Amino acid sequence: MEPHEEKPIIYTMENKPIVTCAGDQTLFTALYSMLAQQLPREPMEWRRSYGRAPKMIHLEANFVQFKEELLPKEGNKALLTFPFLHIYWTDCCDTETYKATVKEDMQRWQNVLRLHGSTDWLIVVVESDGKKKNKTNILPRTSIMDKIRNDFCNKQSDRCVALSDPLRDSSRSQESWNSFLTKLRTLLLMSFTKNLGRFEDDMRTLREKRTEPGWSFCDYFMVQEELAFVFEMLQQYEDALVQYDELDALFTQYVLNFGAGDGANWLGSFCQPVRSWNGLLLRRPIDMEKRELIQRGEASLLDLRSYLFSRQCTLLIFLQRPWEVTQRALELLHNCVQELRLLEVSVLQGALDCWVFLSCLEVLHRIEGCCDRSQLEANFSHTVGLWTYATEKLKSLGYMCGLVSENGPNSEELNRTVDLLAGLGAERPETVNSLQSPYKKLKEALSSVEAFEKHYLELSHAALEMYRAIGRLRSARLVGKSLAEFYMRKGDPQTAQTFLLDSLKSYTAEGWSLPVTHTRKQIAQCQKQLQQTEDYLQTSALLASDANLTDEERKHYCQEILTFANQASEDKDQRMALSMSAFAQLRELRFRPATATVHVGASLQLELRLCGLMPVPVRLEQLAASVHFTLEQPGARPGLAGSQRRPGVSPDGTVTFPATSPSYGSPQSSAAPALELYEMQDRSPSDNALNSTGVVCKNVHLLLRGNDSTSSLDTPSASASALTMEDGAQMLKTNDVTLLPGNNSIVFTAPSMKPGTYTLRQLCATVGRVQFVLPHIYPIVQYDVYSQEPQLTIEPFTESLLAGLPQRVKFTIVTGHYTVKKGDALQLSNSPSMPILHSSSCSARILSSTGELVGESALSIQASEKVTSISLPVTPPYHTLEFQLEVLCHIPSSSVRAESERLTNGEIRHRPKSRTRYNSGMASIDQKVSIDCPWSIYSILISLTFYTPFRAKHSLLSAGKRKYIQVCLQNVSDTNFRLANQTLVECQPTPSLELLSLNAKAHQLVYSKQCMYSLWEMKWSSELPPCLQCVFAASFSPAEAPDSALKPYSYEFQLERVSTLYSMKAEIQPAVGEQQCRAGTLCRLEVSITRLTEPSESEREDEEATESESLRTTKLMYEVVDNSSNWAVCGKSSGLVSMPVAAMATHKVQMEVMPLFAGKLPFPSIKVFKYLPHSALPMTQPDTDSCLENDNLSLLDKGLEDQADTASIRSRGSIHSLGSGEQQQPRGVPMPRLEPFSPGQVFNCSLARQVLVLPSTDDHVLEINVT
Amino acid sequence: MEICKVFFHLSVSVILSPLQNYPLYIRSVPSQSELKFHYTVHTSLDVVEEKISTAGKAMAEQRELYLGLLYPTEDYKVYGYVTNSKVKFVIVVDSSNTSLRDNEIRSMFRKLHNSFTDVMCNPFYNPGDPIQSRAMFTMVSGLKSDKCGWLV
Repeated sequence: MEPHEEKPIIYTMENKPIVTCAGDQTLFTALYSMLAQQLPREPMEWRRSYGRAPKMIHLEANFVQFKEELLPKEGNKALLTFPFLHIYWTDCCDTETYKATVKEDMQRWQNVLRLHGSTDWLIVVVESDGKKKNKTNILPRTSIMDKIRNDFCNKQSDRCVALSDPLRDSSRSQESWNSFLTKLRTLLLMSFTKNLGRFEDDMRTLREKRTEPGWSFCDYFMVQEELAFVFEMLQQYEDALVQYDELDALFTQYVLNFGAGDGANWLGSFCQPVRSWNGLLLRRPIDMEKRELIQRGEASLLDLRSYLFSRQCTLLIFLQRPWEVTQRALELLHNCVQELRLLEVSVLQGALDCWVFLSCLEVLHRIEGCCDRSQLEANFSHTVGLWTYATEKLKSLGYMCGLVSENGPNSEELNRTVDLLAGLGAERPETVNSLQSPYKKLKEALSSVEAFEKHYLELSHAALEMYRAIGRLRSARLVGKSLAEFYMRKGDPQTAQTFLLDSLKSYTAEGWSLPVTHTRKQIAQCQKQLQQTEDYLQTSALLASDANLTDEERKHYCQEILTFANQASEDKDQRMALSMSAFAQLRELRFRPATATVHVGASLQLELRLCGLMPVPVRLEQLAASVHFTLEQPGARPGLAGSQRRPGVSPDGTVTFPATSPSYGSPQSSAAPALELYEMQDRSPSDNALNSTGVVCKNVHLLLRGNDSTSSLDTPSASASALTMEDGAQMLKTNDVTLLPGNNSIVFTAPSMKPGTYTLRQLCATVGRVQFVLPHIYPIVQYDVYSQEPQLTIEPFTESLLAGLPQRVKFTIVTGHYTVKKGDALQLSNSPSMPILHSSSCSARILSSTGELVGESALSIQASEKVTSISLPVTPPYHTLEFQLEVLCHIPSSSVRAESERLTNGEIRHRPKSRTRYNSGMASIDQKVSIDCPWSIYSILISLTFYTPFRAKHSLLSAGKRKYIQVCLQNVSDTNFRLANQTLVECQPTPSLELLSLNAKAHQLVYSKQCMYSLWEMKWSSELPPCLQCVFAASFSPAEAPDSALKPYSYEFQLERVSTLYSMKAEIQPAVGEQQCRAGTLCRLEVSITRLTEPSESEREDEEATESESLRTTKLMYEVVDNSSNWAVCGKSSGLVSMPVAAMATHKVQMEVMPLFAGKLPFPSIKVFKYLPHSALPMTQPDTDSCLENDNLSLLDKGLEDQADTASIRSRGSIHSLGSGEQQQPRGVPMPRLEPFSPGQVFNCSLARQVLVLPSTDDHVLEINVT
Repeated sequence: MEICKVFFHLSVSVILSPLQNYPLYIRSVPSQSELKFHYTVHTSLDVVEEKISTAGKAMAEQRELYLGLLYPTEDYKVYGYVTNSKVKFVIVVDSSNTSLRDNEIRSMFRKLHNSFTDVMCNPFYNPGDPIQSRAMFTMVSGLKSDKCGWLV
C-alpha cells in the first residue's frame, strides 16, 4: 500500500477496524445505521494469546464496500487498512434467484477472498416477512440457508447467519439481531486474534533478526507501531503504550550498548549532528513529519525520541494519566541529554538547552490543556520538576548569550544567539496563532536582556511558588539561591542578599557546612557591594574562621577586617562591635584559687583559654571582660567559704564552655544544645543541714525551644548589630595581647576590694576600630569576695561527749576580718555542773585560710571562781585558731518520784543551763557555755551535749516474807567501764532495817551495751516502813583508766508497800476415786489465801475494810485464768472473798477444772486483786456528784456482783473487760474498782507448779501433737 | 578517555541524622564538585521527607527502608533510604552510569546501613557527632570499586 493512501486514514484518529460488505448493497445500506449503532453496545470478552489477560472490549467497525483492492497484497504488513472481516449480504429467498445470480456472485466473492488467503468471512441472509407474503409459494427460508451452507460453508456452518425482519420492532427480530451481533463480534474477535497473532509472530521474527547486519531499527519501528495503531484503534491504549515502551526500551538498550562499545550500524544515522532543536510537539496525535523521517531512516535521535514521546504522551492522556507524562517527560529530557553525550553527537552549545526548555514548556502546556486549575494545583509536585528544569535551562542560555551581564551581550554571544535561534526553525503551524507558545517565549527571551529577565523571573517565581506550595522549602531555597546569583550578576545585591540570607538560615539550621560557606561567601560579596560594613566585617570574620576555605581565602577575609580596623577614623568613638564567636572562642576559664571564693583583698586570678580562629596572629590592643558586681547580702552564707560548689565549676576551678563551631551552626549548638546538668543542694539556712538534693537541667529553655526558632542564636551576622558593650561596669583588662591561631592563655587579676558576687558578663577584644564582643558568657561565671565575721565554734573532739568523765572539746576561732591582738582573751563563765579542767600543756594552732599551719603557741588559762579566761595568741585576719580543752559534766543523780515506778531511769532534775533528753537510749544533757569574745560585746552561748553512759533499773524480789532489792545497771555507751564500790543505802536510815549486800566482787567490768546486776537482802526487826527511799551508788571509770580516775555514779529510787500481805496456795486433786488426774475428767482446784501480817497502822486507817459481824474484813477478788488453754474452768472462774483482817486468817475457794491434755500441766494462774467498792471511789478519784452515789449504793452493789461473775465467765481472765467497761460507763455512775496489789504484797506459793495428767482411759484415739 | 568516564562515575554517600537532617557523614568519590553534591543532597531531603510522610505508614508495614529514586537530575540520580529510626541515607550516582540497577543501589544502601550500625555500636562514638570512621571510609570507597570490578 502506498503511503499517500495511508495518510488520510491515519490522520483521522477515528479509525475503526475495516469490515467489507459485498452482495446486496441496498440491503446493507438499509441496515447500516442499525448495525453501526448496535455493534459497540455490548462488550465482548477478548481472549488473548501468550497468556495475556482477557479483556472486555467494545467493538466498532468501519463498514466499507467490498473491493478487491482492499485486500492486502502479498507481503504488505499494514494492519490499519487490513479488512478483518468480509460480509456478504443477501435477502434472496427463492431458490431460483439464488441459483441464477446470488450463488454465482458469492462464488466470485469467495474466490477473491481465497485468492488473498482470507478466511474471515460471513454470509448474512436477511429474511423479511414482507417478501414472504408476496411470494407464498417460495421455499422456506431454511432451504436457502441450507443451500448456502451446503455450497460454501462445508464445515463452518457458523459462517452463515440469518437475520429475520431486521427493520421490524418485534421480539423475534430483536432476538435475531442479538444472535447476529454476537456472531459478528465473535467472528471479528476471532479475526483479530488470528491476524494480530500472525502479525505479532512476524514482528517477533523480525526483532530476532536484529543482530543481523542490515537490520534497521526504523523498519522494525514501523512494524511494531502498526500494532500499536491497531490497539489504539481498538481503544486498547494500554496495549498500544506497551508497544511504544518496548520500542523505547529497545532503543535505549542499543544506545547503552553503543556506549559500552558495541555499536550497531543502523545507530549511525541517529548520531548525525543535531541541526534542529525545536522541542517536543505534543499537540498532534501523530507527528507525521517525524514519522516520515523515521520511516525514511533520516530521523535524528531527538526526532525519534520526540516522536516516541509524543505518541506515549497521547496514549497516557487517553489513559487519563497526565502526571505520568510529566514524570516521563523529565526522565526523557534527562535521558536524551545523556544519550547525546554518550553517542558523542555533536550539538551546538546551547542547542540542547533550547530543546529542553521548549520541551518542558510544551509538556506543561499539554498538561495544562487537559487538566483544570485545581487539578494542576494539587499536582505541583509532578510539574514543578519541569518548571525548574526549564528555569535552569533558560538561565544557562541567558548566561551563554550574555543576557545576564550588566553590559548586555557581546558580538560572540550575539552570534551564538543567532545560531541557536536558527536551529529552532519556523514556528509550527499549530501555535503560530497562539499568543504564548514555548517557541515565542524562547525567541522573545533570547531577543533582549529585559525580555530575558522578565521570562526568567517569571519562571523562577513560578517554580519558587510551587515548591513553597508543596512544602519543598529546601528546593525553593535552592531556586532562590539561583535567583540570587542572577541578581548579583545583574548588579542588584540587595535583592540577592535577601534570597541568600533565607537559604543561609536553612543551611545553618541543618548544619550543612559547605553550602553555608559558599552562601556566606556570596553574601559577603553582596554586603561589600552594598557597603554594609558591619555586616560585611561580621561575615568576613565568619569566613576567615571557616575551615572549609583555603588558607588564602581565609587570610583575605581576615585582612579585610584588619585593614578596616587599622584605618584611621576621624571619629574616635565610633567603634565597630562584632560578634566574637567567629573571631575567637572561649574554651575554658580557670580560677586560682579553685574555689573562686576569696576574702576581701585577697588575690584571685582568672585564666582564660581563648581559641583564636583567625588564620593569622592578631594583635589585640585590649582584651577586657566586663564584670557585674552584686553586693553581698548581709548574712548570706557567712562562713561557707569554699564549701558551696558553684554550678559548672569543676573542683579544680575550671569552667568549660561548650565548643561551638563559628562558621555554621554545628549540630550541637544549633539543633540540640547539650544538656547542662548540675547538682543542686538545698541546705537549711539555720544549721546548714541538707534538706534535699537533686539534679537540675540549667538550659531547659534551650532544649525545649521549638526547632524552627533556633536560628535566633545562631546567626551572628543578623544579631551583630545588637551587640553593645556594657558600660560603667567593672572590667578585667589586659592590654596588648597577641592572639595566635589556636589556643591562647590569658591571665587576669580579678578585683576583690568589695565583698560581693562578681559575675563575668561579656568579653571584648579590641583590634583598632573593631571590637569583638562575646555578649553573654554562658554558663554563668561568678566569683565571690567575702568579708567574714569572726566566729567561734566548740565541737566535741570525739564523736560524742560522755557525762561524768573528763572530755576533750575543740575550740575553733575563725578570725574573719578581725585581727586577734595581744591580750585578747576568751572569757568562759563557769558553771558548777561543768567545770573546765585546764592543764598547763595546752597549745593553740594557727591555720591560714587555705588550711596551712602558720604557727603554734601556748595558751595561758586563768581560772577564777566565776570565769575562766583564755588568752589568745596574736592571729592575723582570715585565719583559723584551734585549741582543745577538757571539760567535765557531772551526771545528775536520778530523782525519786512520789509514786514508785518500776523503771526509774535518771529523770529530770532541772538545773540552770542544762537539760536532759533521751536520745537513742542514752540520756543526754545539754550544757550551755557562755563565752565573751574580744570582738563582740555580746556573750556567745554555745551548747554542748553530753550523754549519760548508764541506765539503772531496780526491782523488789520476794520469797515468802523475805525481801530482796535488785539493781540493774546498763552500760548504754560505746565505752567499756570498770565499776567499783557498789553500795545501797537508805536515804533516811531506819534503825530496824538492814541492807545486806549479796555482791561478791568489788570491781567489775561492764562492757558496752551490757548490764550488771547487784542484789541486797532486806532484814528488818520491827515493822517495815511503808515507803523506802534508797540510793544506789557506784564508782566507774573507763576500763583501761587507773583507779584514780574513778568517778561516782548514783541512782535514787523509792520502794513502797514492801511487806507480804497474803500468801496464796493452789492445789489440784484428782476426782474422787482416782489416783491421778486424767485428761477430760473434772479435777478439783483448791485455792487457799492466807493473811500473813497483822494490819498495819496505815492499813487500819485508809484501807477499805468493812465492818461486819464485829470482824474487819477486806474484799479480795480472785480469778483463775488459763491462757495456754490447758485447762477448762468449770463454773465460776472468779469471785469475791472477804478476808478477815487478821494474821493467819485463811480463805479457801474450791472450783472444778478439767485438764484438756495429758502430761505435766502447769497450774492455771490465779490472780488476786483488791476489790474496792464504789464507796471507796471518792477517795482516789474525787468526784463532784457524790450525792448520787449514795442513793444508788445498795442497788448497784448487788447487781455488780452478779455482773462481775458473769463477765468473767464470758471472757476468761479478763480483768480488763471489767476495767474497760468501767471506763465506758458514763461518768457519775459509781462503780466498784479493782486494784492490783504491789508486787511484793501477794506471794504465790504455787507459782510455776505442775501436775501430772494421765491420758483419758477411754480414749481410743491416740493424739499426737507434733510441734 | 570516554570509557574511563563509565568507570569513573561519581558517587556520593550521605548519612543524615534522624531529626535535624544535618549530615553525619558525607563523602563524594571523587571529591571534585563536592559543593554541588551538598546542594543536591540537601535539596533531596525535601523528597525524602515527602516520601517518608506520605508513604510512611505503608513503608513501615512492609519494612521497606529503600525509598527508591528520589529524583533525577540531568547529571545525577539521587537515591534515598531511611532506617526505622529515621536515619536517612542518600546515594547520588552519575546519570551516565546507566548500568547500575536498582538491586545494586539497594545493596549499596544495605552495606552503608551495616557500616553505620557498626559505627553506632562503637562505644566511643557519640551519637549525633559527625562520623569519622576508617571502616566507613573503606566501605564507601569499596562501594565504588565493587562496581568498577563488576563493570570491568
